[in-house]
This record gives sequence, structure tokens and C-alpha cells, in this order.
Amino acid sequence: MATYGSVRPDVSEANRRAVETFARRHRYRPLEALPWASALLVYALVPTYLPLGAQVLTTILFALSADLVLGYAGIITLGQAAFFGTGAYTAGILAAHGWGEPITGMLAGGAVAALVGLVSGLVVLRTTGLALLMQTLVVASLLYAAANKASFITGGDDGLSGMHVWPIFGIFPFDLYGRTAYVYCLVVVFVCWWLTRRLVHSPFGRSLTGIRENVLRMNALGAPVMRRQLIVYTISAALAGIAGALLAQTTQFVDLNVLSLDRSGTVLIMLILGGVGRLYGAFVGVPLYMIAQNAFSAIDPVYWYFWIGLLMVLVVLFARGGVLGLFDRLVDRLRLRWQ
Amino acid sequence: MSATLVATISVLFHGVAFAMVLYLISVGLSVTMGLMGFVNLAHGAFAMLGGYVLTTLMSRFGVPFLPAVAAAAVLTGLFSIPIERLLYARFYGGDELDQVLLTIGLIFMSVAGVTWFWGPLVQPVQPPAWLSGEISLGFRNFPTYGVFLIAFGAALATLLWLGLERTPFGVQIRAAVDNLKMAQAIGINTSQLFMLAFALGSGLAGLGGAIGAELLSITPTYGLDNLIFFLIVVAIGGLGSLRGSFVAALVIGISDTFFEYLLPQFGAFLIYALTMAILLWRPMGLFGRT
Repeated sequence: MATYGSVRPDVSEANRRAVETFARRHRYRPLEALPWASALLVYALVPTYLPLGAQVLTTILFALSADLVLGYAGIITLGQAAFFGTGAYTAGILAAHGWGEPITGMLAGGAVAALVGLVSGLVVLRTTGLALLMQTLVVASLLYAAANKASFITGGDDGLSGMHVWPIFGIFPFDLYGRTAYVYCLVVVFVCWWLTRRLVHSPFGRSLTGIRENVLRMNALGAPVMRRQLIVYTISAALAGIAGALLAQTTQFVDLNVLSLDRSGTVLIMLILGGVGRLYGAFVGVPLYMIAQNAFSAIDPVYWYFWIGLLMVLVVLFARGGVLGLFDRLVDRLRLRWQ
Repeated sequence: MSATLVATISVLFHGVAFAMVLYLISVGLSVTMGLMGFVNLAHGAFAMLGGYVLTTLMSRFGVPFLPAVAAAAVLTGLFSIPIERLLYARFYGGDELDQVLLTIGLIFMSVAGVTWFWGPLVQPVQPPAWLSGEISLGFRNFPTYGVFLIAFGAALATLLWLGLERTPFGVQIRAAVDNLKMAQAIGINTSQLFMLAFALGSGLAGLGGAIGAELLSITPTYGLDNLIFFLIVVAIGGLGSLRGSFVAALVIGISDTFFEYLLPQFGAFLIYALTMAILLWRPMGLFGRT
């Protein structure tokens, strides 16, 4: 090794740099505190927006779960709502039938969703491309049809009502102003984000990126591609289920909409708007989408769908990395100029 | 005749009629996906447009049924050309995610656009007098419109098959599906070919949407509500296979009618379960190539 190093001294230098790059990758940067600081500011400054804030937080978690499968594992799914809805109905049905303890209810939502993810993943992940996309959609539609027909448990078209959620730890009841709900969502989303961040920077997470970039090569390297995809699909389902459970518990209501294609499609749009495969796309895209939706529906209450669709087309045509991608490009350009 | 036999014939009849509509709409989607490798989720929107053209021409301008159906097909096909050139063509062979998002965006725009022109309500379709009522086929009476659907669908399927097998255009399409690079290398203008195939597929979808308006009702959310049916037919049939689309449409049309007749309490659940089972058995579809 010593002679090798002396003959090609630049190799060790390149190695050192590579190691440094990878070491720096998962170090926390100051900018990462921004979403959490803003969330705390919202709590302190605009208490009237807390119920909306809790919804934004659950949707961020939902979008984060989609980012994990889509952005990191490269699995295009139109059925993420299947897991969101499973979590929502699990927590909702528990709370409507006498078990209103929120934290176990939320974990149960995540667990049942993970089970659905595992079982459906075994079928769905055998295919690629369009067939995979279609099967994710079929799984969600299957659950939608089942929930619609099993109205004796789910309430069907009318939605599930009569939920009674107990105070958190038996101490903090869910208040009318949404303060408890907001803090509860914030803590859960933070923990999930932290776990997800660790996951994508772990060797497992790097191998997922490898699968996304080149399946053939990962197969050739001997990586168990399908097993890894199945694991991440299940984890993502669990996160989506937790998001659904949070929504059910904080709004005390579940309807069929939680399982709809609309929801699966919208979460993709939010994610793309922010930027896919970068962990923070959800934090930018979800608030942006909700603001845009509010603005469009205020200007044009009937046809705001049109403007959302147009926005989507424009993002795909001109801003493929989403807002964060544009931001990166801007930073790069400024850096070049100043050098 | 025994009651079971009567019921079986009735289910088969309605199932095949529904299958013809599914086939006409889905075949274009199958070709787009097999030929250009483009995931066109907005395909149903073109079928919806055909339905709107038909109802508008008939109710507002008093155009007779058959010319209105033809106009629905032609206008939808023509309308799709600028969309293909300006939007779709940029994404051929590209990232699937971009295609999915682009076409979801287009569905949203189509929902709002159609509501703006025609309002949110279901468009009533009134088949002409000569297609209403029942017709005797020797051993029993059948709804005339269903007979028309089956005859028309079968004729078009044959025509399409002949067109693909026997015309230079069909040869070029088959060549491009089999090996795109080789087709380009021997001088086939694939860009133009794609445009024509896309317009043809959209036109057929418009036709299917128009004559199937009684089965799949024409509302602004048509493209979203029925998307899964069209995708199922394409996925079960196998991408780019005319024969596959036809068989898959029959399987889905007949079993959907069967389940609705026999086990209505399960709703659409069974058809989705059947789809999963078929794809578990053959992940690339019945006639798909691996």
C-alpha cells in the first residue's frame, strides 16, 4: 500500500476528499433547522392557524413517506393513499370503539399500514414501469372499494364519526384551538423525519439510491434488490399510516377521501413542487401547494383545479427539480459569478 | 330455456358490449404505451372529449347520431395532435415520473376546462330511434343499442387488426414497437409515426367515449373515475398488443358485468382482486413480452 501511495500520491488525496464528501453528507446543516424553527414560530405567532398547521404537518409526513419510495427507491406509486387511509381508518375505528389512547392508536395505524405495505409490496414490486404503477393504483382502489362496501365498520360514504380520542399521556386533552393537536403532530413528524434522515444516509439508504439509478448494476453487484425495495416500501407505508392516523385523531373524522386517487395524485404533485429525493421537498412543496390552492380557490372558486393542473405542467416542463431544484441552480450560478 | 342459461346469455351479452367500449378506448393507450413508452394517464380525457362532442352535436346542433359519432372521433383525434407535438413529444423515452405528473396535470385541466364549457352535470345521451328498443335475434330479444355496440366494436377491431397487419403504416408501427432504433435506422420517420399513432389512438378513444356514453356516463371527472379501468385493460393485455387489449377488454368487461349481476354487494372490489391475481400470475400481462 505504501509504494502504491508513493507512486500515485494524488489517489490518497482523492480518497481523502471522497471520504470527506461522504462524511459531510449526513452532517446537520444550519438550514435544516429552518422548517422546525418556522413551525415553532407559527405556534407562537399565529395561534389561529394551528388547526391548519396540524393538517400541513400531517401532509408533510405523508409527502415524506412518498419521497422515500419515489425519490430514494425510484418506485413510482399512484397508491400511496392506500397506506394513509389504512392508518386513518385503523386509528379512527379504534377511537370509535373504545380505545382512544392517541399514541398507541397512531402506532397501530402505522403497524397495520406497514402490514398492508408488506403484503401488497410482495405482489406489486414483482413488476416495473407501467404495470407497477397500475398495481399500486389497483391496491388503493381495492381498499377504497372495500371501505366503501364495509360501511358497518367504516361508515361508508357518510364517513366514520363518533371518534373519541383521549388526552395525550392522560394529561393533555385535545383542545378546541388545536394547540395540543399541533404540538402532538409536530413531535411525531419530527421523530419520523429524524428516523427517515438516518435511514436515507445509512448504507441501506445509499443502496436504495443505487437501485434507483441503475437496477441492473445493483443486481450484478449482488444486492438483494427486491428485498430492499420491499423493506423501504413497508417503511414508507408505515410512515404514511402514521400520517393518516394523525389526521384522523386531530380532526376526529375519517371519510373515504383518505383512500382516494385524488389524494395519491395530490401528494405526488406536492412532492414534485418541492423537489423529489431530497428529504426537504415535502417541507417546501406541501405548504406551497396549500398556499397555491388557497390562492387559486380564492381567485377562482370553481376552476382552481385548472390552475393547479397548469402549474403542474409548467413545473414538469420548466422546473424539474421543483422549488429546491431552482434554488440549487440559483446558488450554483451565484457561486460561479463570485469565484 | 332454464333461468341460469337466460342469465348467462344476458351477462355475456352486456359484458361483451361493455368490453367493446373498453377496447376502443384502451387500444390507443396500449399503443401509446407500447410504442412511445409514454405513460399517458390523461388518455381517458380524450374519451371524455369524444362524449362531449357527441352530446353537443346531437342536442345543440341536431346532428344525426352516426355523423356525430364520426365527428367525435375525428375532432378528438385532431385535437390531440397539437397536444402531442407541444407536450407529449418532449417526454418520449424520458422519465416516467415526468410523464405521470404531466398527464395528471392535464387531467386536472381537463376536469376544470370541461366544467367551464359544459357545467358539472352528467350529459344526457339520447340514442336515435332506430337504436332504441329491442331487436329479435332469432331465439330471443336483445337491446338494439347493445347489438350495435358489439357489431360496431367487432367491425372496428377487425379493421384495426387488418390495418396493422396489412398496411404499410401498420408494418411501420409493428417495426417501431419491436425495435425502435432499428426502425429509425432503416429510415422510418418515427416522430411522424408517433404523431399519427397518437392521433389515431386518441380518435378511437373519442369514438369509444362517444358510443359508450350510456355505459360510462359523461361527466367532468370521467378521466379520473374511469382511468383505472383503462389501465387495467392495458396492463392485463400487455403493452402494445392489439390482441392483448381485445382479450383483456373481454375478460374485464364480462367479469365486471358478471360480478355486478351476481355479487353486487362487493362492488368493484372483485374486479380489482381479479386484476391483482392475473398480474400475479403474469406480471407483464397476458400477451406482454418480457
